[in-house]
Amino acid sequence: MNSVREWIYTGRHAVAERWHNAPRWTRWAVIGAVIVFFYALPNREFYQWLGPIPTTGSNFGQVLFTISIYVLLAVGLNIVVGFAGLLDLGYFGFFAVGAYTVAVFTSPSSDLKTLWPWLLALPLAIALTMVSGVFLGTPTLRLRGDYLAIVTLGFAEMIRVAATSSEFLKGQRGFNQIPHPPGSYSDGKPIFGVLDPRPYYWLVLTVIILVVIGVRNLNRSRVGRAWISIREDEDAAQLMGVPTFKFKLWAFASGAAIGGLAGALFAGKQNFVSSQNLELLNSIIILAAVILGGSGNIVGAIVGGGLVAYLIERFRGIEFFGVELYEYRFMFFGLILVVMMIFRPQGLIPNRRRAAEFKDRRKEVIVGG
Amino acid sequence: MTTLLEIEDVSLLYGRIKALHGISLTVDEGEIVALIGANGAGKSTTMRAISGIRPVASGRIRFDGEDITKLRADLRVRRGLCQAPEGRGIFPGMTVMENLDMGAYTRRDRPEVAKDLAKVLELFPRLAERRKQVGGTLSGGEQQMLAVGRALMSRPKLLLLDEPSMGLAPMLIQQIFSIITEINQQGTTILLVEQNAQQALARAHRAYVLETGRIVKEGTGAELLHDPSVKEAYLGVA
Repeated sequence: MNSVREWIYTGRHAVAERWHNAPRWTRWAVIGAVIVFFYALPNREFYQWLGPIPTTGSNFGQVLFTISIYVLLAVGLNIVVGFAGLLDLGYFGFFAVGAYTVAVFTSPSSDLKTLWPWLLALPLAIALTMVSGVFLGTPTLRLRGDYLAIVTLGFAEMIRVAATSSEFLKGQRGFNQIPHPPGSYSDGKPIFGVLDPRPYYWLVLTVIILVVIGVRNLNRSRVGRAWISIREDEDAAQLMGVPTFKFKLWAFASGAAIGGLAGALFAGKQNFVSSQNLELLNSIIILAAVILGGSGNIVGAIVGGGLVAYLIERFRGIEFFGVELYEYRFMFFGLILVVMMIFRPQGLIPNRRRAAEFKDRRKEVIVGG
Repeated sequence: MTTLLEIEDVSLLYGRIKALHGISLTVDEGEIVALIGANGAGKSTTMRAISGIRPVASGRIRFDGEDITKLRADLRVRRGLCQAPEGRGIFPGMTVMENLDMGAYTRRDRPEVAKDLAKVLELFPRLAERRKQVGGTLSGGEQQMLAVGRALMSRPKLLLLDEPSMGLAPMLIQQIFSIITEINQQGTTILLVEQNAQQALARAHRAYVLETGRIVKEGTGAELLHDPSVKEAYLGVA
C-alpha cells in the first residue's frame, strides 16, 4: 500500500518535473494537442474510437456542453476559493443572475417585452452579476472567516426563492423562447440551433480558453500576488500594505462575472430558464469540483470541474444488478469526496504553494496542541 | 529630536474585554524603544493598535506628524510604518524571495528595492542561502529573520518588531538582537515588544513596562535594567 502510494507520488512528481523542464515548444505542442482533442471530441467520427468514454445514456454532445459549463464555473469559483481563499457556498447564485438577466431581457414571456437579441443581453448579464457580487461582498468581505460562507449560502437561496415565487421571474413556468447566439452557415442555416448541441460546446470551450488566459495573466500580476498573500495570512498581507478588502472584493466580483457569463451561455443554449435549474446542490458540486481538482490551480479547477460533471453524467443508463446507478450518483460522489479529503486534501493537481500551506497548517495544529 | 510616533490615551477592546486601558507612549526618531511585560499584558495588542490591524476604542495615534488613528493598516505601511508580526507571521507557501518581494509590495522604485534586497540578504546570510526555499519549511529562527527582513523591504521609518526572539535558542537570540541594533544604526527607528526583558533593555534606548493593559513604568533601558521591581518581576533576579 505504502509503496504503491510512493510510486504514484514519485511518478506524478516526475511528470510535473518533466513538464516544467520541457522546452517551450513541447509544452505548446502538448497544450495545442489537448485543445484540438477537445474541439474534436463531440464528433461521432472521432469519439467512436474512444471505447467506454462517451456516455451511453444520453447525447454525448449535450453531455459535453454541460461539462463545459461546469468547467467554466469551476474556473470562476477557483478565483474566489482557490486564489483569494474566500469560501463561497452560493456561487451558483451568480450563474442564476446571469441566466435570468438574459431571460428577462430577451424572452417574449418576460414582462419587460424588450426582446433583445442574446448578444446584447450578454454584456449586461456579466455586468449585473459583477454588481451583485460587489453588492454582496461589500458588507461581508470586511468580516473574517465563516460569515462569508453563510451569507453566500443565503444569497443563492434568496435568488432561488425569488425565482420560484416572484411573478416577475415566472417561477417554475419560467421563460421560454430565449434567443440563441447569432451566426449562420454559408447556406443560411443558423449555427446555433435547437438540434445540434456541438456548436454551443465549441462556443463555451472557446470562452473557457479566453477566460483561462485572462485569469492566468491576472494571477501572475500584482493582483495575483495580493490574492495569494491574503489567502496565506490575511493579517500579514495587511501588514505588508496590501489593501485586503479591495482585493477580496476584486476576486469576488471577477468570480461572479465568470459565473454570470456561464449562466448567460446556458440560457442561450437551453432557450428556457426556470427556477428548477437552481438547486443548492449545484453550488456544492462546483465547490467540490474545485477542491477535488486542486484549489488554487487553474488546471486543477478545469480537471475537477470536468471530472465531476462527467462522472455524474456517466452513471446515467448503467444498470448494476437491476439497480439504476444514476439514482445513486451522489452517494458515489460523496464517497469519492470523503476518500479524497482523507488521502489527498490538497486536491488532484494541487498548487505548489497550496501544498506547502497545508503542511504548514498541520504543523501549526501539532505545535498548538 | 523629533517625535516619530505618539500614542495618547489609547484604549482597545476585544469584544467586551478591555485589553488596553488608556496607554500613552512616544518613540523619537532614531531610537530603539522596548515594550516589556508578562504574557497577556497587552504588548502584542499595542502593536496591533499601532499597525492598524485592530481598531482602537478611544485615544489618538500620531505618526510622523499626522493623525493616523483612523487610517487603514495598508495605508499606514505606505506612510512608513511596518510591522514584523510575531512567530509564524510569514507567508508559508511563498519562497523566501517571494516573501521578501511581498515586503516591497507598496513600493514602485524598482532599483531602490533591489538595493534594499541586497542589504537584507547581507544582513541575513541564512536567507540568502535559502532564497528558493518555501517559507513554511524554514526553521523557527529563519522564519523570524524572514519576518524582520520582509518588514525592512518596505523601507520603514518605524519598524515594529513583535517578539523577535520568541522560541529561539540563546545563540540565535544574541544574533537577532545584534541585527536589530545594526538596523537601528543604519537609521531605522525601532519599537520592539519583548518577553526577553534582559536583552531588550540592554539594547533599547528607552523602555516601557506594561502590566494588564496599563503602562506602569518607563525610563531608559539602563535605568529599568537596574530597577529593583523590574529586576524581580521580569529579569528573574531578586
